[in-house]
Amino acid sequence: MANIRTGAQILWESLVREGVTTVFGYPGGAILPAYDAMLEYPIRHVLVRHEQGATHMADGYARASGEVGVAIATSGPGATNMVTGIATAMLDSSPMVCITGQVGSKLIGSDAFQETDVTGVTLPITKHNYLVSDVDEVAPTIHEAFYVAKSGRPGPVLVDITKDAQQSSTEFVWDDSPVQLPGYRPELRATDAEYQQAVELINGAKRPVIFAGHGVMLSGAMDLVREFAERANIPIAMTLLGIGSVPALHPLNLGMMGMHGEAWVNQAIQEADLLLAFGMRFDDRVTGNLKTYAPNARKIHIDIDPAEFNKNVLVDVTLAGDLSAVLTDLLPHVERGDRSDWLSAIGVMKGDSAVRDVQNIPDSGHLYAAHVINDIWRMTDGQAVVVTDVGQHQMWEAQYYHHQEPRSLITSGGLGTMGFALPAAIGAKLSRPDAEVWVVVGDGGFQMTMCELATIAQEKVKVNVAIINNGYLGMVRQWQEFFYERRYAATPLLSPDFAKLADAFGVKSAQVARRQDVEPTIEMARAHEGAVVIDFRVEQEDTVYPMVPAGADLHAMIRRPSSSPIVETADD
Amino acid sequence: MRHTFVVHVEDKPGVLNRVASLFRRRAFNIESLTVGHTETSGVSRMTIVVDTDANGAKRLEANLYKLVNVLRVTDLTAEAAVVRELTLIRVKADHETRTHIMQLVDTFRAKVVDVAPDTLIIEATGTEEKIDGLVGVLEPYDVLEMVRTGRVAMSRGQQAPVEVPADESPAEADDNVSYSV
Repeated sequence: MANIRTGAQILWESLVREGVTTVFGYPGGAILPAYDAMLEYPIRHVLVRHEQGATHMADGYARASGEVGVAIATSGPGATNMVTGIATAMLDSSPMVCITGQVGSKLIGSDAFQETDVTGVTLPITKHNYLVSDVDEVAPTIHEAFYVAKSGRPGPVLVDITKDAQQSSTEFVWDDSPVQLPGYRPELRATDAEYQQAVELINGAKRPVIFAGHGVMLSGAMDLVREFAERANIPIAMTLLGIGSVPALHPLNLGMMGMHGEAWVNQAIQEADLLLAFGMRFDDRVTGNLKTYAPNARKIHIDIDPAEFNKNVLVDVTLAGDLSAVLTDLLPHVERGDRSDWLSAIGVMKGDSAVRDVQNIPDSGHLYAAHVINDIWRMTDGQAVVVTDVGQHQMWEAQYYHHQEPRSLITSGGLGTMGFALPAAIGAKLSRPDAEVWVVVGDGGFQMTMCELATIAQEKVKVNVAIINNGYLGMVRQWQEFFYERRYAATPLLSPDFAKLADAFGVKSAQVARRQDVEPTIEMARAHEGAVVIDFRVEQEDTVYPMVPAGADLHAMIRRPSSSPIVETADD
Repeated sequence: MRHTFVVHVEDKPGVLNRVASLFRRRAFNIESLTVGHTETSGVSRMTIVVDTDANGAKRLEANLYKLVNVLRVTDLTAEAAVVRELTLIRVKADHETRTHIMQLVDTFRAKVVDVAPDTLIIEATGTEEKIDGLVGVLEPYDVLEMVRTGRVAMSRGQQAPVEVPADESPAEADDNVSYSV
């Protein structure tokens, strides 16, 4: 018994062997043994200001790099504060391992100080979770947790470790052989008959559209999707989380679909005769009214998770499996196609929309969020990693920042978690230190997690924060404008002076209210060594167009009104 | 329609909770759920009855497979299977009615397992329809207490005859099958 370690040491021994270099966390009573042991290991610990931040950082770390992100917290409130971040990662299939301390095993069930049934609380929002009360189980559980988190459809895994399991000692044995889980089937393969059906539909389609979802990036299938589309000349529409999987400026890339997708994208979907869903799940924000959704289209759904098949949209062919593997099998059978009639028909649908570029609008003295985002895109050459929060700015970012690279837009799509952006950007930057990272966040969401500015200052994280400050909870205000007769219940928002606030955190700041100041301020932020917070005072009652109201037909979108400054042409 | 799932799971703490939570979370209503040991140590077997359509049943199966502790899922609905339920019924029975009740019990191939001066406990095994039938004929005598286990099910061997349709009378339906209890 030479290699005796405490459970706390074994935790770090195991994490290091899983390749972990950075963890995001907050100490407390039940996790103290682990924190004490941490000092002996080559781990960068980022002290967050709230455990929700730790989970978003781990999530951002994972989304930017593809590596498993790790968050750590104590029992009780430490662990329950993680719930929002775990649910966020769950809905967006982000690989994450959360370590929580738990009260001693003899105290479990006694309502001990800071005791919460965390495995119970997180059961429906984790891919899997574990309660470890035996020191001998620490190493194998960590190994298994990482495997479960990143294999198949990725997701968050929580490991709750009792204090006595951390304090007890045992011989440390690391078994890094592949994890064998008798009931776990991370990858499946479709039948030959299903492949045959798919190939026939693809080769026979006259008006097909490919849907590129988050699964394209999770599977690393970017090149295959492109090859597929180019070979068969099929246009691509992206989900919000699929943005970046195909370069925005690729000629076959139509742009984002769904509630705030461009009108021609949704119209193409409604007129298509075949939809090829690649690693996406037909979220209600993508489909609108299911009864009238793509009425003439046959549908092929490729996903690693068969539980997604026929959940929202009934499809004709399902191909279960890792997207890269499925496309590799399909590609040799896909015939080269012309489809120029279909592509030019979509071009007609586009009409003059494409020339309504926000940059062509003369300066009318107003500052619009779209200007800010478009300028950030232009000046970063589309190469930055942009982390957005949730709301109007998120949709404008998706419309006006043209992402060329995979994993360059990090956003809470499924759960729509306000407060996500700032902490997630910290994680993204630490996983990709060479990347230029921009946060695009509203004045509402920023205030939900702005305490992490202190983390940015303490850890010297270089991110640029663009606060799109319109003095409203803008997206909710927009819904109130459209659907609640402009009764602005609880949406006007009084905020602190964000520039002064950043100063107080020791972070450089600026305030911009005029369009002519946008460019030099972005330039200043890019050149500055440390983090910069820019308070962009934008038009207050601006609206995201087009919009498909929730549950409405996808083709019944509210288009940009001609009176909106955003659609003014250069002649106006 | 009603679907009967047989779910083999690892016998670990919290697994029942994971399975039950999945049904709740995905808005499927469990009609009955039984759980017990199997021939393999460390493996438990659940029989779960759910009212859903064919598509719902498929998604449910896929979702069950996503639980790490779930080993195997079989939807027995379309298969030839032996489906049974066990019930205990306490019925009022005095010296006048006891004989009548015991005749009914014989007809249903049930058993009297407890005799008290004014009550009987009847044990019956069979399909739900058979037990419904038994309960129906006992009701006039005053059923004081009843417990039903919910379905357990097992697919038939390959040579076994397909079970007779459920629309036949319960007593006849059971003629050519044996009872496990």
